[in-house]
Amino acid sequence: MGDLAIFGFGPGGWGLALLEGALMTLLVSACGLLIGGAIGGLVAWARLSGKLIAGGVGQAYAALFRGLPELLIVYFVYFGSSALLTGAANALGHEGFVGVPSFAAGALAVGVISGAYQAEVFRAAYLAMSRGELEAAVSVGMNRALLFRRIIAPQVLRFALPGLGNLWQVALKDSSLISVTGLTELMRISQVGAGSTHRPFAFYLGGAALYLVMTIATTRFFDVAEARATRGMRRATG
Amino acid sequence: MARKFVKALGFGATLAASLALAPTAFAKDWKTVVIGMEGAYEPWNGTDPSGKIVGFEPDLVMDLCTRAGFECKIIAQDWDGMIPGLKAGKFDVIMDGMSITDERKKEIDFSKPYAVSPGAFLAPKDSPLAKATGAGALINLDKDAAAGDAAIKGVQAALKGKTLGVQVSTTHSNFASEHLKGVADVKEYKTADDRDLDLKSGRIDASLDDYTVVAATADKPDAKDLAILGPRFIGGMFGAGTGMGIRKSDADLTAKFDAALAAAVADGTVKKLSEKWFKLDIAPQS
Amino acid sequence: MDFDFISKTFVRLLAALPLTLSVWFLSVVLGALIAAGVTWMRVSGVKPLEWFARVYVLVFRGTPLLIQLFVVYYGLASLPAVRASFAWGFLRDAFNCAVLALALCTAAYQAEIFRGALLAVPHGQVEAARACGMSRLLMFRRIIFPIALRHGLPAYSTEMISMVKSTALVSLVTLWDVMSIALKIRNDTLVTYLPLILAGAIYFVFNYIIGAGFLALERRLSPHLRPRPS
Repeated sequence: MGDLAIFGFGPGGWGLALLEGALMTLLVSACGLLIGGAIGGLVAWARLSGKLIAGGVGQAYAALFRGLPELLIVYFVYFGSSALLTGAANALGHEGFVGVPSFAAGALAVGVISGAYQAEVFRAAYLAMSRGELEAAVSVGMNRALLFRRIIAPQVLRFALPGLGNLWQVALKDSSLISVTGLTELMRISQVGAGSTHRPFAFYLGGAALYLVMTIATTRFFDVAEARATRGMRRATG
Repeated sequence: MARKFVKALGFGATLAASLALAPTAFAKDWKTVVIGMEGAYEPWNGTDPSGKIVGFEPDLVMDLCTRAGFECKIIAQDWDGMIPGLKAGKFDVIMDGMSITDERKKEIDFSKPYAVSPGAFLAPKDSPLAKATGAGALINLDKDAAAGDAAIKGVQAALKGKTLGVQVSTTHSNFASEHLKGVADVKEYKTADDRDLDLKSGRIDASLDDYTVVAATADKPDAKDLAILGPRFIGGMFGAGTGMGIRKSDADLTAKFDAALAAAVADGTVKKLSEKWFKLDIAPQS
Repeated sequence: MDFDFISKTFVRLLAALPLTLSVWFLSVVLGALIAAGVTWMRVSGVKPLEWFARVYVLVFRGTPLLIQLFVVYYGLASLPAVRASFAWGFLRDAFNCAVLALALCTAAYQAEIFRGALLAVPHGQVEAARACGMSRLLMFRRIIFPIALRHGLPAYSTEMISMVKSTALVSLVTLWDVMSIALKIRNDTLVTYLPLILAGAIYFVFNYIIGAGFLALERRLSPHLRPRPS
């Protein structure tokens, strides 16, 4: 088969498989980012609360999941959660192994890692907020929920967007590590294709091209969001 | 209050007991066996664009399962997750071109070998290996120790100061560590494809791998300057062959596969499949 | 607990640590130099240079490092033009290729960090410096660089740690670093978790040291930014 024909959509063509892999990568990275957002918000809140134990736990979480290699975290999340699930299922009478669905495990692993970094981004964004606005809101009589919804969340988001855009790209790349769960995302399809057809260049370059396209397309989204959120802020350089 | 507490305690104890006992409570009645393969190691096992796993091993295992009387399901798993997957119970058998070694036997059991193929060298046509002792011959390290020694010395002389490429964690890398460390610069690669790229670009002077892999590479049009040179080895470090990895606790499954395999070897099925996929016969002899 | 196995494995992993550290250090330093150049191009005001810098950052951040490593080591070697040139003496060696590929990748991330740090310098300070009549070089040296350094340190620390973890990919090009040796031990012995736990511990300790070092540097450089008593 010719070099480009291998990417075709006919029988024997890997085009469809690669596109499906790319879609899977997008989905699992997006879910991972959302899970990471929830975890990151929680950890940031713990660290900012000023309470000793909560702050300590938050700091330990961030240190642990930023300091460990991602591959290890993916292993432990996947096999650990599967072991828990199997144990629970066996207690209820079911025989044999119960695996956490690879998509869930993959998204969870990406989320756990992303959360540690997102906590740092949220924390820095919160500290960069204008104290004056917080004081004004409190003096006007806003309750905590309203304060969060109208003042804190929009401003934190505005300062966090550049960092989050960066972390989204990191999540896209981290998703390439979850092939150990068996999920057929883009990197795995590239490797399987390369090994099955003995054409490493075609598949790795094709995979790289798809990653690049995904990055460009999704970064546009973050750029637009950032431009809208930072209207009116002056900068030192262009 | 006390009654509630005792109830909770009782429930907790039952839960804990069943968690502890559950895995061992049932003797396995094998109806479906799950096989783990990479699907990226063509022609042993590869994936076609639709996602189906095809190759020598899928064909063979389907045949063996029919003989043994159970249904087989093949799932794809990349190599790094293969061992924890077996131990966790995600699948029951690893069938992925895995060599039987004593070191591995400490952790898992192996079926009898379903393929035994020699180790062979691939090198540019003008390599000194072409003239090494025993070049072109199949040397059995178990049966002919003298010829084996002479051939190994010949290889050492031919590769002195040169670079040899092997795939990591194979019998071939073990052989290279044992006999060629210090003589040649041994480079270990994660995949055979990567190593072949370096052989073609001239970064390494020779590669040592399974005959099936070497022959497949030599067949390709971009390998016209390369040839299978030097002696081919079987037995000794190469002899154990390729087997199915099965948990130690599933000795009955190992026995079932061994029986099916013996039948498949006896009636020539393994030979037929081997010739179909590798264009040569690597069925075990016994 | 097979202490013999644990200690033997640990020793083997530690033996690979110098490789990990040397690849990390050299690629980070080379990357910083490349990043400085890319950032300079980005803020130069010359359109073609700016465009090149933007494309560079996009390509090297938008594709997986594994594939970049593959292209630098195997891809370049497959081109006869490269093999015949003087670069072959350099590119032939796996260590050189690994450092180069990692440096090119981290340069893209570092360039973005530098750019973000420069953007964080308050405009008022730049105006004041100009009003004082400072030359561009003096303004950069006394005003922009110190402020940008403080702003960029947290992100830079994260990138340093990320690079340590990225060195785990070099087994693709026959370099056996700590993580790769751990995976190799796993494949040879089929012991599932122990080699990974030991490797993880080594990485964690090293990353913790880097993180703590940068935190201490941050604290020293910004006494006025320490958390206000709430």
